[in-house]
Amino acid sequence: MPVLELQQVRKRFGQRWVLGGVDLVLPEGTATVLIGASGSGKSTLLRCVNLLETVDDGSILLDGGDITAVRADADAVRRRIGVVFQAYNLFPHLSVLDNVTLGPRRAQGVARGEAEGHARDLLSRFGLLEKAADYPDRLSGGQQQRVAIVRALATRPRLLLLDEVTSALDPELVGEVLSLVRDLRGEGMTMLIATHEMGFAREVADEVCFLDAGSVLERGTSQQVLADPQQPRTRQFLQRILTPGA
Amino acid sequence: MVAVDAWSPSPLQVERDRLRRRATLRSRLIAAVSTLAVGTLLVVAVTGSSGWPRVQAQFFDLATARDALPTVAHALLVNLEALLICGVLVPVFGMLIAIARTTQSPVTLPLRILAAAYTDLFRGTPLILVLLVIGFGVPGLRLPYVPTDPLFLGVVALTLTYTSYVAEVFRAGIEAVHPSQRAAARSLGLSYTQTLRFVVLPQAVRKVVSPLLNDLVSLQKDSGLISVIGAIDAVRQAQILTANLGNFTPYLVAGGLFVVMTIPLTRLTDYLAARDSRRRLAGGAL
Ligand SMILES: Nc1ncnc2c1ncn2[C@@H]1O[C@H](COP(=O)(O)OP(=O)(O)O)[C@@H](O)[C@H]1O
Ligand SMILES: [Mg+2]
Repeated sequence: MPVLELQQVRKRFGQRWVLGGVDLVLPEGTATVLIGASGSGKSTLLRCVNLLETVDDGSILLDGGDITAVRADADAVRRRIGVVFQAYNLFPHLSVLDNVTLGPRRAQGVARGEAEGHARDLLSRFGLLEKAADYPDRLSGGQQQRVAIVRALATRPRLLLLDEVTSALDPELVGEVLSLVRDLRGEGMTMLIATHEMGFAREVADEVCFLDAGSVLERGTSQQVLADPQQPRTRQFLQRILTPGA
Repeated sequence: MVAVDAWSPSPLQVERDRLRRRATLRSRLIAAVSTLAVGTLLVVAVTGSSGWPRVQAQFFDLATARDALPTVAHALLVNLEALLICGVLVPVFGMLIAIARTTQSPVTLPLRILAAAYTDLFRGTPLILVLLVIGFGVPGLRLPYVPTDPLFLGVVALTLTYTSYVAEVFRAGIEAVHPSQRAAARSLGLSYTQTLRFVVLPQAVRKVVSPLLNDLVSLQKDSGLISVIGAIDAVRQAQILTANLGNFTPYLVAGGLFVVMTIPLTRLTDYLAARDSRRRLAGGAL
């Protein structure tokens, strides 16, 4: 059974369809990368999976259970999904350690000592242990984003959603964040990733989906989609993104 | 990294520090001299006026002040009591109303409407009217079990009015927390209430500390208004003494005591505001 499955998911804002019937299957331990122009619906798709938006048609299954059912418990679903946002969204009033332990302690009822032990393990694995007592505004952008990823991992999610996690970073800080995601991929974390980093996409993706105006126009392995695109619009997009300024 | 103790300032830096110290000293001197000059001018202008001797005898009589001070100070305890009770009730109720007003579910619409109506009503009504209506209206109703002593009713009126101000302050703070903070908290699986408690409110309260303390300072001095419905507080006591002694000095004694009472909170407000802006300047992104 796949970890995540989208069946004909549709979403509209007002009269405009932003997602027009998206199908997606993420088997356990795979990474799916969403590419597409700004405004093509990548964030909306991720927000639907995390139930921050309600879908207008179709269904989303997490471990086979329909999370778009009317009676689904949104908080319980979100506890099983980790999310990392483009703008980090760390909690400025909490230390790094408290940012990381908030979810486990408050949403999952894990005891403080246990939550902090797990948090320290994760932080030290990603070279952030010495920042545990610091507040987010003392960290560099790259460090903040890595903390945000650790925060998402602390709830031991079944699935990780990453929404352009390097887009707000200075170029020299992109590497440290991507290498962390690469490590997670190596550990078999199931991930749905929206990104503009094509080199990174090529490296981690089991499947690449090109989203165009809310529909998956082309999909396949990174070899197929990135190296040998069939659709003119995919080619156009890749050309634009690979030769900036053109 | 270079060890700090291996460093001794260059001649350039030494000279810069010296000039800076001199500039500081000079501006302090100028400030002192100008304050003194303005102060002297004011004193000369007031005490030199033709009416001054009479005003001095009527308002600044030292002997009367000495006699009035203990009585007025004792009556100030009534204001302090009102203040302490309101100081606890107002933030608590204010917070509850702000929370009610910022709920989003359709189920809580009546709650939002009630909270909005309440704040509109009491923010717009002069405190003195609220005091008069509560102070004289409620006893007139002869309700069973409802106390009719003026201190109690005064506290009720002050709480009603100030809760509406403070609720608006808290609401502004809650709305100033960026929606992405809620999204991040909900994504971790926190419920609406948990998100409010652990993520939104702590940030909201930090944002509004100074306006909040400002309202508490106002509350301190407005506690003197409960005298109009018959509570024997410092203002009322001063009025009685003035009538008995035929001299207005007790009013100034009461005024002085109110100022002394509010100074600690005023200073605290300034200190917190300064710390806040310092942190914002140093912290950058928050
Ligand atoms: N809350 C919203 N209300 C109205 N329109 C929205 C909302 N969120 C996103 N959109 C619109 O949906 C489209 C897709 O947006 P988004 O999913 O953010 O695209 P992407 O992440 O691929 O850049 C855009 O045209 C955007 O303007
Ligand atoms: Mg986006």
